[in-house]
Parts: sequence; structure tokens; C-alpha cells
Amino acid sequence: MSEIKLLTGNEAVVHGALAAGCRCYFGYPITPQNAIPELMSQLLPAAGGQFVQAESEVASANMLLGAAATGTRAMTSSSSPGISLKQEAISYMAASHLPGVIVNMNRGGPGLGDIGSSQGDYFQSTRGGGHGDYRTLVLAPASCQEAYDMMIQAFDLAFKYRNPVLVLGDAIVAQMKEPVKMWKPEPVSSDEAAEWRLEGAAGRESRVIMSLYLAEGALAQQNRNLVAKYEAMRAEVGAETYETADADLIVVAYGSIGRIAKSSVRRLREQGHKVGLVRPLTLYPYPDKMLENLAAQGKKFITIEHNTGQMVEDVRLAVRRYTDSSFFGYMPGNMPASEDFMEPILKALE
Amino acid sequence: MSNKYIDVIIAGFGGQGVMLIGNLLAYSGMESGLNVTYMPEYGPEMRGGTANCTVVVASEEIGSPIIKTPKSLIIMNQPSLDKFLPRIEQGGLAVVNSSLVDCSGADVRNARIVQVPANEIADQLGNAKMANMVALGAYIESTGALSMEVVSRALKNVIAPHYAHLIPKNAAALEAGAEYVRKNMQV
Repeated sequence: MSEIKLLTGNEAVVHGALAAGCRCYFGYPITPQNAIPELMSQLLPAAGGQFVQAESEVASANMLLGAAATGTRAMTSSSSPGISLKQEAISYMAASHLPGVIVNMNRGGPGLGDIGSSQGDYFQSTRGGGHGDYRTLVLAPASCQEAYDMMIQAFDLAFKYRNPVLVLGDAIVAQMKEPVKMWKPEPVSSDEAAEWRLEGAAGRESRVIMSLYLAEGALAQQNRNLVAKYEAMRAEVGAETYETADADLIVVAYGSIGRIAKSSVRRLREQGHKVGLVRPLTLYPYPDKMLENLAAQGKKFITIEHNTGQMVEDVRLAVRRYTDSSFFGYMPGNMPASEDFMEPILKALE
Repeated sequence: MSNKYIDVIIAGFGGQGVMLIGNLLAYSGMESGLNVTYMPEYGPEMRGGTANCTVVVASEEIGSPIIKTPKSLIIMNQPSLDKFLPRIEQGGLAVVNSSLVDCSGADVRNARIVQVPANEIADQLGNAKMANMVALGAYIESTGALSMEVVSRALKNVIAPHYAHLIPKNAAALEAGAEYVRKNMQV
């Protein structure tokens, strides 16, 4: 049986990455994710990997790009303002079809904001984030166990699609402690990058990894290829559902807010209200078909977020043929509890 | 042990060890085979600022790790009483460190208050810094939340290795808090 440890979400990210075979970490400190580089600096070198505290976020993201080009399982982590600084390299990675894992423990914004929880980076996370027409896979853990599990999933998906994968937590998931089952996946196959990694071209034709496409028609084809890849990623869509079958109203919420909303839904159920919950596990690809199917059954929707209204746009797009979604935004600056969502949910139920 | 559910906010000055006893309670819940969450909330300062944490221990899946209307409190200093006592659930339980906290001005109608002179008791044991353990011992005794044996055994998991020699003293402080409640309160 796997060992169970009491870990913060930050620590779970580190242990999950190591279980996934992460060999390189590049980072630069920022609250509330500092426990990731701190623990990584102890555990990764001891496991034979490389830990680098870079001179900046920009440098650390470009180091990730470089390590990815050699087919190495590598990652970086930061929190909102630091993630903004990494976006250039993430865009280059997406354009170069390079796998890598980026963890964002979302903090309050815009600007430096505060060090508390927020979901203000939803748009940045699900719309690419940097310049150009690209997407990253986005996983949204709500618990320390999911933080562990999703790191393993993130590395597998990054190499399956040769694409950056973002794990989007927040200050709640980062700092909360919960028991985590430390399971180990099958060891990584050493030839997962055999077809494309840069390792010196002795005895074979040289390979080129770049993001510049100047030849006639090349960039158009590149963008068509990317779209085809994003279509294929739809197979990875995931969501938790709770009490949706007979619900009149569906609450849609992700990450830490999703689990807090689940408490609200549970209490309202106890009071006899027919409410249910959909918690997207993947934010890109988005579980729009699932929401559309629920909308087709005549259900109403409320989207609850820790921001001024971002994911609600995806919910509205998903259900638009049948209905709309109302919205409740809990502003960053404070942390919400289940009581905070009861009244908005009841109001949406009317 | 069907449908066990406990939540508690533990609050005091930074440096009083509220995070440590929060960790200890969470660890003990985990060792008892229950679901637990531990959620810290710091001021920007390490010492002298305010610090609190929320611990939930439950047999069912835990949704919110953040609790605004707690079922119980461990209050180590005056500002924490003023901040958190008004929020306690009707009929909830508050263990209050009466060495540093004056309850006379507080509206205590909502709650059952267990006053424990935690600093004095810890002082008698030789180290006032263990007031946190005295308070937790009193809490465990007052609520019957978890077995004291499990809590005592979990000390080794939350106390840093270079302080391991202090584990027996901390266990004694836990027991002294429980003992005070047994002698002075009708539980």
C-alpha cells in the first residue's frame, strides 16, 4: 500500500512531480508557492535531478524550454505575476511542440495584488497566456491529493501531446494540508522523446526545434496542426459531478472554490433544495459537452468564481442553445467559506 | 464513529505555537483514520503578529477547509477572543487561555467557555512556551474529539527533529491541560 503523508498542496506538487519522473526544476521565488522550490531543492538533487534557482522568472521559463528540447521531464512553478513573466517562453514552447509542466499557485491581482487566494488567472491560463494562437492543457486541483495526482497526469499529457501543461492551483490549495496517498506510476519509458529530442545528430539527419515559420505556407500549416492537436486533446476533458441527476440548478465552480461550493451544495441538499455541482478538472479542454447536456435537460446554472467573472463565459458558451448562467464572484482579498455561497445559490434557484 | 465532524479555529500571537497544535490535531485526525484539512492564516510577521489556523476532522469527505462559523475555538490571546468568539456556532465550545485572556467583557451567551490558565500551567512544568500544548490537551479533554494517546503519539511527527528531546515535556503539557479540565470543569 502507498504511504500516506500530511502535506501542503505545494509539497504534494513536489512529491507528485518526483513520482512522475521529473528530472529538472527551474524557478524563482514568489509567495504563495515558495514551498515548491524549497522542498524541490532538497529532494530533486537527492534523486539525481537538477534544481536551479534562476536569476528571474524569464530565465527559468527559458531553461524549461531548453530542457524540454532534450526530451527531459522538466517543470517550473510560480505565482501569478511570475507566471506573466514566463509567458513568452510558454508561447515558444507551444509553437515548438515542446512538453513541459508549469505550476501556477494563483494569488490576488491584478499587478502584485496580494499573497492570498484568487482565480483571476483563468483567462490567462485557458487562452494560451502569451502571444499567438495557442493553448496549454490546464488542470485544476482542489485538494492536496489532486495536486499530487495531477502532477503525474500533467507530465504524461505534456509528452503525449508535446505541449505545455499548466497546473492551476491557488493560495488555498498551495498552503492547505491534507493527507496524500503517495502512489507511484509505472516508470517513464526512456524513448518517449526518441523521435524528436535534441541530443547531437551523429549518425543521423539533424533535427530542428524552432518557433519561426517563414517558408511559404508553413505558418498556416503550423497553425492548422496546432488546431488539430487541440481537437485531439478534447479526449482528456474531465469534471467531477455531484448530485446533478435530479438537480434543478447546477453550480459550476473549479479548484478550491469548487470544493467549498460542494459544501454549500451538500448543506442545501440537506435542506431539501435540488442543487448539484459540476467541478471541471480540466479547464482546457473545457467540459462544455457535459454542461450542454445538462442544459438540454432544462437545468439552470450559476457559476461561482474567486474573481470578477471569467469561467462564466465558458459556461455561457456551453449552455447558450438552452439557457444562460448567472454568476457570483467572491473577490480576492479574503478567503471564502461555504456560507458565502448559500445565498447566491438560493437566489439563482428561484 | 459514524459521521464524526469537528472543526476548530486556533488563534493567537505568532510565536505562541498555534500552527504547531493545529498541525498536531490534523496529524492526529489522520492517524485516527479520518479525513482532515489544516488551513493556516498568517499575518506578515513571524512573531508578535496574529496567527490562526482552521482544522477540520471528519469521517466524510471535507468540502470547505475554511470555516466562518466554527463549532469550536482555541483562543490563546485577547485579540483572538474579540475576533473569533462572535463567530462561534450557537452552543459551540471555546477553550480560552485565561492566563492572557479576560473573558469578562465578552458576550459568551452563544458558547460554552472552558477557561484554562495555560501559561501558568506550562510555567509550572518548566516552560511557558508549552502553553499551546496545555490548551490543546484541555481541548481534547473537553471535546473528546480524538484519543489523547493518538495525539501524544503524533508529537514526533510535528516537532522538528532537533527539538525531539522536548517531546516528553510536550506530552506532559498535553496531559496537564486535560488534567486541569478533569479537575475544574464538569465535562
